[in-house]
Amino acid sequence: MRILVCVKRVPMTGGRIVLTGDAQEIDTAHLGFTISPHEECGVEEAVRLVEAHGGDSVVLTLGPPEAEEQLRDALALGIERAIHLVTGEEWDGQATAEAITEAIRSEEAASGRFDLVFFGNESADAGGFQVGIRVAQALERPCATGLKGIAVEGSDVRCEQEVPGGRDVYRLALPAVVTVKEGLNLPHYPSVPAKLRAQRQPVETVTPTPREARLRKVRLLVPESSGKRAEVLGAGAGAAERVVEVLREIGVA
Amino acid sequence: MSILVVVERQVHGVDELSLQALAFGRALESGADVHALAVGESGEALAHVLGAHGVSQVHVAEHEAFASYAPQAVARAAVELIGRLSPVVVLAAGTERGNEVLARVAALLDRPFAANCVESTGGEPLRVVRQRWGGSLLEEAELPLEPALVTVAPHVVAASPVNGHPAAIETFRPALSQEELALRVVEHVQTEVEGVSLADAKVVVSGGRGTGSPEGFAVIEELAGLLGGAVGCSRAVTMAGWRPHTDQVGQTGTKIAPDVYIACGISGATQHMAGCKGAKRILAINTDPEASIMASADYAVVGDLHEVVPAVSAALRKARGT
Repeated sequence: MRILVCVKRVPMTGGRIVLTGDAQEIDTAHLGFTISPHEECGVEEAVRLVEAHGGDSVVLTLGPPEAEEQLRDALALGIERAIHLVTGEEWDGQATAEAITEAIRSEEAASGRFDLVFFGNESADAGGFQVGIRVAQALERPCATGLKGIAVEGSDVRCEQEVPGGRDVYRLALPAVVTVKEGLNLPHYPSVPAKLRAQRQPVETVTPTPREARLRKVRLLVPESSGKRAEVLGAGAGAAERVVEVLREIGVA
Repeated sequence: MSILVVVERQVHGVDELSLQALAFGRALESGADVHALAVGESGEALAHVLGAHGVSQVHVAEHEAFASYAPQAVARAAVELIGRLSPVVVLAAGTERGNEVLARVAALLDRPFAANCVESTGGEPLRVVRQRWGGSLLEEAELPLEPALVTVAPHVVAASPVNGHPAAIETFRPALSQEELALRVVEHVQTEVEGVSLADAKVVVSGGRGTGSPEGFAVIEELAGLLGGAVGCSRAVTMAGWRPHTDQVGQTGTKIAPDVYIACGISGATQHMAGCKGAKRILAINTDPEASIMASADYAVVGDLHEVVPAVSAALRKARGT
């Protein structure tokens, strides 16, 4: 089977978010970057499915030149080919979906149809909740969202979504689009040889036609902190009795 | 001028978060005619609840497709109704399903969609403030009306009943394609939960990297057990394979809202705080008095969780005389 995984490069924000002077971006000068968490699980799942069923896998990202780093991370985890839609600043969900749809069409025309296309349910940073659904609509393929369980069974894919008290199951005919969530699997760490190999692999680049944002970002805002300071109940084991008093005041002990 | 709110139903009425979305919508356009879309069976109760929250007309999409959840069919019914009503804004709650359905509506109409809004000052284009990073960052954004598609982040506005009359009810049967009918829940698998679930627990005791190992959770489990609470953990812990992902509190884990959250050996990364900001009170136990969690905590104990947590359990037993 042929599988495509779409990923997004996002900063690892740590304890506190600081913005650039124009409030358009997060100041990432001192931050590392990663594949957005839900999509890390998409990469892992694609690798496992190809191991189990045969076939080939491709990773795709739309993002700045530096996002090549995240494509190489996916290659190190066992994805075979990488496609980079190189952009400048952040694109909105609609523009992103259009460019990815075009890239999928052209890739499929050249190398055959993808049985499954993976997205994260939502990106960690923008949290738009829409790109996978838009691409599925444009390609006229069924799409199940927020999945924490995936099993390919013949020409169908069984999809499990976590809901209060259990899991809802959908069954989609392939080809299909799935959006996944962290918890789908536990991604493995790449080996050092795999990382070195990934550094030497080619990354195919495409420059998509820029589009105007229709959900227009005006500026970013860091929510005001409550300004409260924690009441220090004590240090070490000696604080235990005071802790119990507080738990009793709250009414839980 | 009208607005349309796609509501989610509960066994005995309408989901609280949908009522919040209604309050958000009413505040957008005072004097707007408020319509609601519900799927499934019609009924007097629906007319009363939604009328009491300012809805003038409920449109109930009836179809055998809605016997189980069928998100693409719900979206198609919404699109059909939008075509008839031409609302200026279409809203839903920022739940998993609310976001999913409005994203599908957005895809069908090829319109922009702003998920998890916390505020709107109205205007044209519509000016909204929406959540990024699970609410750790906000974005001011604009999108065109007729319709602007937005979901409302949970618990940013309170549901506000008005002295409304029962809403008028109109039922309709949406035209659905085979593909739209096929995308549906075909099976529900029940999960056995031991004790209280993380999302509903009144007390959550969580461990982070500071626990040091899977065994380090023994003291966390003991305290949670004594308090009748649930055990949680940070993302670092699940990524290390020490605890299952179902225990993870955070932006990509479970969002919790306990009376008290006891965070042990957790530094307080934004992705973690996005999952516990609904806690009424936070007690941080950490060796580092400068850890970022201290800025969000109500109470702090500076110390090693391996000493503090067992001492708290012992003190609790002593206080109870057990």
